[in-house]
Amino acid sequence: MRMLNRKLLRDLWAMKGQALAISLVIKSGIAVFVMSLSTLDSLRGTRASYYGDYHFAEAFASLKRAPESIRGRFEEIPGVDHAQTRVLAPANLEVEGFDDPITGRLVSIPDHGQPVLNQLYLRRGRLIEAGRDDEVVVHESFAKAHGLEPGNQVTAIVNGRRKELKIVGIALSPEYVFPIAPGSIIPDFQTFGILWMARTPLEAAYDMEEAFNDIAFALRPDAQLEEVLDRIDGIIERYGGLGAYGRKDQVSHRYLSEEFRQLEQMATIYPVIFLGVAAFLLNVVVTRLVRTEREQVATLKAFGYSNASIGLHYVKFVLAIVGFGVLSGVFSGARFGQGMSAMYMDFYRFPYLDYILQPYVVVTAALVSAAAALAGTIYAVRQAALQPPAEAMRPEPPDKYSVSIVERFGLRRWLAQPTRMIIRNIERQPVKSLLASLGIAMACAILMLGFFFGDMVMLMMRIQFGFVQRDDMTVTFVEPTSYRVLHALESLPGVVHGEAFRSVPVRLRSEHHDYRTVIQGVQQGGDLNRVLDVDLQAIEMPPAGILLTDFLAGLLKVKPGDTITVEVLEGQRPIREVTVAGLVQQFIGLSAYMDIDVLNRLMREGRAVSGAYLASDSLLEPAIYSALKEAPRVAAVSVREKVLRNFHETMAEQLLTFAFFITLFAGTIAFGVVYNSARIALSERSRELASLRVLGFTRGEISFILLGELAVLTFAAIPMGYLIGGVFCRYIATALETDLFRFPFVIQPSTYSFAATVVLASSLISALAVRRKLDALDLVAVLKTNE
Amino acid sequence: MSSSNDQVKQSPRDIVFKARDLAKVYDMGEVKVQALRAVDLELYSGELVVLLGPSGSGKSTLLNILGGLDTATSGRVSYHDKDLTRASDRELTEYRRYYVGFVFQFYNLIPSLTAFENVAAVTEISRDPMKPEDALAVVGLTDRMNHFPAQLSGGEQQRVAIARAVAKNPAVLLCDEPTGALDSKTGIVVLEALERANRELGTTTAVITHNADIAGMADRVIHLSNGSITQVDTNGRKKPARELHW
Repeated sequence: MRMLNRKLLRDLWAMKGQALAISLVIKSGIAVFVMSLSTLDSLRGTRASYYGDYHFAEAFASLKRAPESIRGRFEEIPGVDHAQTRVLAPANLEVEGFDDPITGRLVSIPDHGQPVLNQLYLRRGRLIEAGRDDEVVVHESFAKAHGLEPGNQVTAIVNGRRKELKIVGIALSPEYVFPIAPGSIIPDFQTFGILWMARTPLEAAYDMEEAFNDIAFALRPDAQLEEVLDRIDGIIERYGGLGAYGRKDQVSHRYLSEEFRQLEQMATIYPVIFLGVAAFLLNVVVTRLVRTEREQVATLKAFGYSNASIGLHYVKFVLAIVGFGVLSGVFSGARFGQGMSAMYMDFYRFPYLDYILQPYVVVTAALVSAAAALAGTIYAVRQAALQPPAEAMRPEPPDKYSVSIVERFGLRRWLAQPTRMIIRNIERQPVKSLLASLGIAMACAILMLGFFFGDMVMLMMRIQFGFVQRDDMTVTFVEPTSYRVLHALESLPGVVHGEAFRSVPVRLRSEHHDYRTVIQGVQQGGDLNRVLDVDLQAIEMPPAGILLTDFLAGLLKVKPGDTITVEVLEGQRPIREVTVAGLVQQFIGLSAYMDIDVLNRLMREGRAVSGAYLASDSLLEPAIYSALKEAPRVAAVSVREKVLRNFHETMAEQLLTFAFFITLFAGTIAFGVVYNSARIALSERSRELASLRVLGFTRGEISFILLGELAVLTFAAIPMGYLIGGVFCRYIATALETDLFRFPFVIQPSTYSFAATVVLASSLISALAVRRKLDALDLVAVLKTNE
Repeated sequence: MSSSNDQVKQSPRDIVFKARDLAKVYDMGEVKVQALRAVDLELYSGELVVLLGPSGSGKSTLLNILGGLDTATSGRVSYHDKDLTRASDRELTEYRRYYVGFVFQFYNLIPSLTAFENVAAVTEISRDPMKPEDALAVVGLTDRMNHFPAQLSGGEQQRVAIARAVAKNPAVLLCDEPTGALDSKTGIVVLEALERANRELGTTTAVITHNADIAGMADRVIHLSNGSITQVDTNGRKKPARELHW
């Protein structure tokens, strides 16, 4: 078999261009597969080990204020292993050289050493020295966003009192992997900061001496979470408890989980589509490729090579191509995976990354590719080997051509002979033509998968920031405040108009489905933050009942007219039955909406507000900031422009980076497929075309016959690709819906034209390459040899 | 075909091939072609036979069936006492591998292998083959051994094909229009190679041609026309290939 192996190497070398193009198709499919799955595995693995190593708590509870003396009662609850009381204080922060409002959270840690739960990972510097009341450890995301180092100063305004704090360390915490300001959806590392301070000085600053307002719990493995939470609630209720919750509702963890879920969807759908498409294309290409070897198969058979050894020869041939594709795919998938993981690392604050490339990922990728290629190879070799060699060595009997349908419609006399050849050739082998066209269509379809993401993100932003959030600034208060504060805000110089809102943390229940969210109380006739119905039209608040985001209604399995239970998680914690008045569309977050007055009545409170939306004069905004900074009740100020920018820099960047890689690989696949289709068509028909040249056809004319067919197949492929791509895109858009984000499904014309452009450009380049080969056809040699 | 009985009397040698009532019909898409009809034939050990006939007379079909490259539609053909008509694909493969050497009109060399390697591709799978270089020496191509088919003239390619066919020391050598694609001068060089293989190695050789001049070098000439054997001649004196001309 040595000679056959030598033939193998030489054949591979001779068709290196084509082999490389096929390898690229496999490489791209595998790279997407490996990149996505390894990124997901790495993030999951990293999170798990980080949570474990740094003792991330399993349950949490916030309350207004409770004496430290009750701590022991929590540890008596069956299932609770450890209860760690803390003081959490909202603060406004000032960093030198940064004028925008910054909100922060001061979190207490023991006066000496690490806390038992939610330990800090010190990136730089040290923890707080015992007895120092002016030292803080700063979360890395905030430090990085402002270029803060140990030794720098930061000013905190706690309870209206300014305090100069010295940064001694930069740290991370499993509790704030995703540091996000309360009430916001998009993290902003510049305007929200986490600071750790020693317990005693923080108690003093926040008037919490010998008291706490937050607890974290470690549970025993056999703990019944719901029971434990109920018992905790029972204890904290009289201390202004805001409802205990498990890890799944912890803000950072929940966002992380939602993000992972989205990533998981991407990491499943994209690789399946990509690997599936690559496998399909591989099968088509390999089948045709081996078929062109018909005569060599017959010759080898004539000399007594068995079908099995000939089959093995081609199997090796194809596996060499596939093997190269798989190897380079795994390699670049792992590299891109590391890049992607690093990007996520930057976004989620993990202290380290355990990049994991699990063997099953590589094995699955290799097996799927090899199986697809081998199925095609064995089928084609079998077909070649089944014929008696004498027949296989003869030129194939003339195929049964017939007058084409197009011609039968009476167009015959308008069509020149070469055009007739193109049409008849396509019609004679409808399956082959369809598969060739389908291959190009698949390439076109996957090209849309990366790009349409940008379309959806852009449309979502246009709707969210054009139709929904139209305020320039959102002010949130530390706790519900009298409606009168709105007039105070409106009287600030630069504020044009203000609208109040009330947001109440609740658990919504319907039968056994429940969801923790907030009810937004919206002012009747408001214009700064509107609610859209499912057709994206602004709607008025109904005089009674609650509006649910349609996705939320789906989670709770309710429809308009049904009644749901609202369990309020603050204040008196009333439980009420409310009728679902209608469904609304919301792309970011999952809220419920009520008229603010209706909500106030439900809460049995006066006209209370949680914050206000402001329209302002942009020139006077700095003045507004400084006025708000000094206001003790203001917890957070978010500025539309910054939110928009942040969205771009964080969420959009992640999605678009992924989309970019996808597009890159899709482009490679598209080129590989088109190029192979053209090259195989050339080898199948070079004899026929050379004969035409001998008969006096020009190079241009024979090129027209071959490339015209390619053009027809390509043009037919594009609309087919649009259809397939549309189905894929819609599926992805649906699968990516999470509690945090939903995307309006849209594919912009630019996406369609991008896909078509890449396909057409690939066709053009391939056509030029084939044209060069056609020009070099050796007429005499072709006529002399037997096929 | 009555002459076959005479043959047996004249040459009491071993019968290598024996065909009875052989027929072959090709299904060429929409038409059926009767390539062979009721052919009876014997070939004897060590003889050089020329199958002569115009194109379409069925001679290639006959040769392909004898070589196990094709199967008959009806009738029987045997190699010694092996029934080729009933042989499985595996048996035919083995038969071709160990007993038959083929030479085709269009050479059918593997383009990606050199002359030497083309021969070696066959010797590797044979029992007791010649060395590839010795086989190439028989056809006078020792100095072109490392050339690829594309670097060889038509005559040289065909001589490589002959070397490849004889290298396995086959019991029979079947040649389909070996000079068909060559000019007469080159053709004669090729025929000399065949003649030498037949004489020196004692290989039973069947050559098919439409060129009546080549018939001069045969022990026997079998004429085919329209799928049937019309006449069998025995040459009293075989002409050496070098004396042929056309």
